[in-house]
Amino acid sequence: MEKTSKSAKLYLALVFIVLYTPILYLIFYSFNSGGNMSNFESFTLEHYAAVFSDTRLIMILLNTVIVALLSALIATIIGVFGSIGIVFMRNKSLRRSILSLNNVLIVSPDVVIGASFLILFTAIGVKLGFASVLISHIAFSIPIVVLMVLPKLQDMNSTLIDAAADLGATRRDILTRVIIPFVKPGIFAGFFMALTYSLDDFAVTFFVTGNGFSTLSVEIYSMARTGITLTINALSGIIFIVTLLLVVGYYFVSLRGKNPVGMGVRK
Amino acid sequence: MQTKNTKTFYLIPYYVWIILFVIAPIGLIAYYSFFDLSGNFTLDNYFNFFTSVYLKLTLSSFWYAFLITFFTLVIAYPTAYLLTKTRHKQLWLLLIIIPSWINLLLKTYAFIGIFGLYGPVNAFLNVFGIGETQILFTDFSFVFVAVYIFIPFMILPIFNSLDKLNPSLVDASRDLGASSWTTFSKVILPLTINGVKAGIQAVFIPSLSLFMITRLIAGNKVITLGTAIEQQFLVTQNWGMGSTIAVFLIIFMVIIMIITGQRDKGATSIGKNK
Repeated sequence: MEKTSKSAKLYLALVFIVLYTPILYLIFYSFNSGGNMSNFESFTLEHYAAVFSDTRLIMILLNTVIVALLSALIATIIGVFGSIGIVFMRNKSLRRSILSLNNVLIVSPDVVIGASFLILFTAIGVKLGFASVLISHIAFSIPIVVLMVLPKLQDMNSTLIDAAADLGATRRDILTRVIIPFVKPGIFAGFFMALTYSLDDFAVTFFVTGNGFSTLSVEIYSMARTGITLTINALSGIIFIVTLLLVVGYYFVSLRGKNPVGMGVRK
Repeated sequence: MQTKNTKTFYLIPYYVWIILFVIAPIGLIAYYSFFDLSGNFTLDNYFNFFTSVYLKLTLSSFWYAFLITFFTLVIAYPTAYLLTKTRHKQLWLLLIIIPSWINLLLKTYAFIGIFGLYGPVNAFLNVFGIGETQILFTDFSFVFVAVYIFIPFMILPIFNSLDKLNPSLVDASRDLGASSWTTFSKVILPLTINGVKAGIQAVFIPSLSLFMITRLIAGNKVITLGTAIEQQFLVTQNWGMGSTIAVFLIIFMVIIMIITGQRDKGATSIGKNK
């Protein structure tokens, strides 16, 4: 038993090393004064300074954050109301088909989502740019919110609502004082997931972004295609810290809601 | 009566979303697949898809997706198994998941440096007297990076199903004299097969449609269905052909989901497939 657990530890350690090496590698070289990712010359913060003095990059960062926050917020609102509607649906087969439709965007490959949204926006005449990116992000975040909120709603005992109604609560009261507080952890989890999906998305944004507007993923892609720039490394250092904070935040939210951490893994 | 109206009112934005962003895009993709570059109605795109160029592309795309899924599974299953044996397993699981929250582009970009001609891997090979070799822009680097990216998505569903497995079943099998291998193949694996299927689903379909990694790491040497769609839409601007490939990608996706589908609910992963 002792022997297996030792090799087991080694195996796990190896997996962890492989998983984290590329990320740490990036951050390590972000402090390199040489201009490449192979020779570490001396410690410098110039690449971080470069990130903050590049107004275009800062604008793109702001765009990315604004799109993420706005899309997560709107998707959460639509998703929460959608799931409330689904839960109270009497017709079972209708409910099942709505749920399958809900999941279509979750299982579809991004390239297909991106391409079909591009056709859609062109067909209905939405100009490619901020609006199209925001709308796409809302669209692919809604089903995630629904999936996070729905289980919470199903856990809720319907007698709670009956009791509130008997005690004279209006429907508005029932919604804001009974349903929403009860499913709050699911709502938070959904919002967080939507936020990180949006921050991380590349493929869909790449299709619908047009010329003038860019998000971080798309920008990193075009920078990376031209070769190695240590500004990207500095950016990744910053992003790593922010992501870590987000993950820790999400972890505590899900602990409070007793949601399994692994509910939403992303790519 | 009143309550009924409110309930429908809740659903209006959600229904609008379903119609506009779920049903309409699929319909539009199907519709566009019947048009050629100059906007004439035609079945040529479908005939084109069955020419050797596209069939070869589809086959190679499936081959790479198979390789990626296979290696991911081989690495992920033992990892998930060992994770369930650790003391703070939820914490370790979180640590496995964190890299998957880092922007995909950044992780891919890191490998441009790591596999580069003067990168650490080449430096390491140099120590053993193997000269600098081009690792970037090869099939190997493509599969490696893809496996790296997908590992957490395979570990997660397998971990969940292993975690649900009742350990007394394993003990019972041992007590009854089964070898470790028999216990694994007759007890553990069949009981966690749903997790494996969910993991395969979460890796295989996105592998077919990868396009960013093929560009950055494989240097256009590997073309997947996803790369082909991107190229038709954004480079050659042939939306008809692009839509046709997308239609086939959707069909493949549905077939894979049926094959790896599972009867019991709740075990499906809801990981996003990118």
